[in-house]
Amino acid sequence: MLGFLGSRLLQSLLVLLAASFITFTLVFLLPADPARMVAGPSASVQTVTSIRHEMGLDRPFLGQYGAYLGRLVQGDLGRSYKQNTPVSTLLASRIGPTLQLMLGAIALELLIGLPLGIWAALSRGRWPDTVVMGLAFLGAAAPQFWLALSLVYLLAYRFNLFPLGGYGGLSHLFLPALTLGIGGAGWYARMMRSQLLEVLSQDYIRTARAKGQTARGVLIGHALRNATLPIATMIGLDIGTFMGGVVVVESVFGWPGLGRLVWDAIRVIDIPIIVGVVIFSAFVITLSNLLADFVQPLIDPRVRYR
Amino acid sequence: MTVTLNAPARPKSRNRTLTRFRRNPAAIVGLVVCLLIVLAALAAPWLAPHDPDFQFPEGLTLEGAPQPPGGLYPLGTDLLGRDLLSRLIWGARASLTVGFVANGAAVLLGVLIGALGALTRGWVGTAIMRFTDVMLAFPVLLLAIALTAILKPSLWIVALVIALINWVPIARVVYSEVASLREREFVEAAGAVGAGAGRILTRHILPHLIPTALVWGSLGVGTTVLLEATLSFLGVGVQPPTPSWGGVINESQSYLTTAPWLVLAPGAAILLTSLGFNLLGEGLRDALDPKGGR
Repeated sequence: MLGFLGSRLLQSLLVLLAASFITFTLVFLLPADPARMVAGPSASVQTVTSIRHEMGLDRPFLGQYGAYLGRLVQGDLGRSYKQNTPVSTLLASRIGPTLQLMLGAIALELLIGLPLGIWAALSRGRWPDTVVMGLAFLGAAAPQFWLALSLVYLLAYRFNLFPLGGYGGLSHLFLPALTLGIGGAGWYARMMRSQLLEVLSQDYIRTARAKGQTARGVLIGHALRNATLPIATMIGLDIGTFMGGVVVVESVFGWPGLGRLVWDAIRVIDIPIIVGVVIFSAFVITLSNLLADFVQPLIDPRVRYR
Repeated sequence: MTVTLNAPARPKSRNRTLTRFRRNPAAIVGLVVCLLIVLAALAAPWLAPHDPDFQFPEGLTLEGAPQPPGGLYPLGTDLLGRDLLSRLIWGARASLTVGFVANGAAVLLGVLIGALGALTRGWVGTAIMRFTDVMLAFPVLLLAIALTAILKPSLWIVALVIALINWVPIARVVYSEVASLREREFVEAAGAVGAGAGRILTRHILPHLIPTALVWGSLGVGTTVLLEATLSFLGVGVQPPTPSWGGVINESQSYLTTAPWLVLAPGAAILLTSLGFNLLGEGLRDALDPKGGR
């Protein structure tokens, strides 16, 4: 157990180290000159040269990477070119809203996906099964930004049920969270259906039925608990898709989170912000995969720490 | 005698695959949708009712708003008075070009890198597969946005960036397939009779990867078209004035309440394309591998 913990932790650290190296190399190879971007287009060559020296951009590649890594470990992601604010400060102020959005999306995924999956499994081969699986397929194929705009048009503009956008309470949260989670809901429905069908064909279920347990009792007492085992892993994977999805969803709904930060940064090509969020996402994804690996054996004793 | 006995064996299994595919209505629907979209893209100059870039003076109402669908403009006009249907038909070219080029390159890269990773034992193979681990730590969409934004977006940059990101999951699938093929007796036998690594790869391993490549070749076009549309929607994809589906929605977002067709119609085109290639891909998978594999 401790050995597993240690080796997974080490593995995650190595992945993050490599990820920082890859992003640094990409930025290093860019045709754009950061010193010129900081100085502005009208600055003289001397100013640009002195800024380049100040930023350490005239040092060799590995030296620059070492310095970058040193700052990264301390949580320093550099400064925004345009706003002259530390990227970490900008990130910190945006994490809250994005976290709300993600939690909302996960809640909706589970609330929509799991019941539909159970319904599909229990009516296998009949119309509810076909409809649910069809919707799941559709949800995976539909472009997220289009779903977002369609929901705004239909539910916010036409029927006036929700605000058109902006940050606020639950009514503001609902549409963006739904957009972010709707594709995943289909994914959860598929998982639930196949898991439940597999569990229901097991011997212990037949035994429970043979001992006089009702169909409902078997489902609630025996089958569902085992069918929902992969959820921790799936939520871990969800975080990865969400880190990209929030850019689309937050830009459409004007939600002031990390995605909106990136969206604003790509408009003015503020590279430290863009790269900072990419690195931060890699960190979050690696962490959530790591957590899922640790939590999984706690939920399912058949899975051992390896 | 042996020749006549062995000869029909291959076509027969191919026929069975074809039969399975033909008997799957969803797969046929997918195939027809894909063919129609490809045809529309190819025949754009003849099919489009108008010049996609021409700004019709009468294409805008007196107040300067887009014209609703009907009459001279079947799907209405956009905010500059251009015919929407024509822009969508021409836009299919951008989407499918990126879809086929980027995904084709990703499949090629993924198969080669995955096979190489599994066949070269030692540090090269390990390094390749660890590299894919690292790549999977980045969110696909965010990485694509970052790269296209920084590299100055254009159709070819988008295709390049998507290819450079999407090969990763393919390489991992191919890696595990080749890793299990490598241990099979026929590969060992080929090695025993003196076939070199190159011959084993081309004659004995690659043919087994054709189903995987076909399935990804189709499913991947769907996801690539979605990704391209998303990038164009965010303004880091195909740049105006080149018509692209995501770009049309980007331009007309602010007209959502007054001219919803400008968002609905291109969205439907993206959905149809992504659905078509997904159905085709899943149909191919079911036909080529009846065990399922999912």
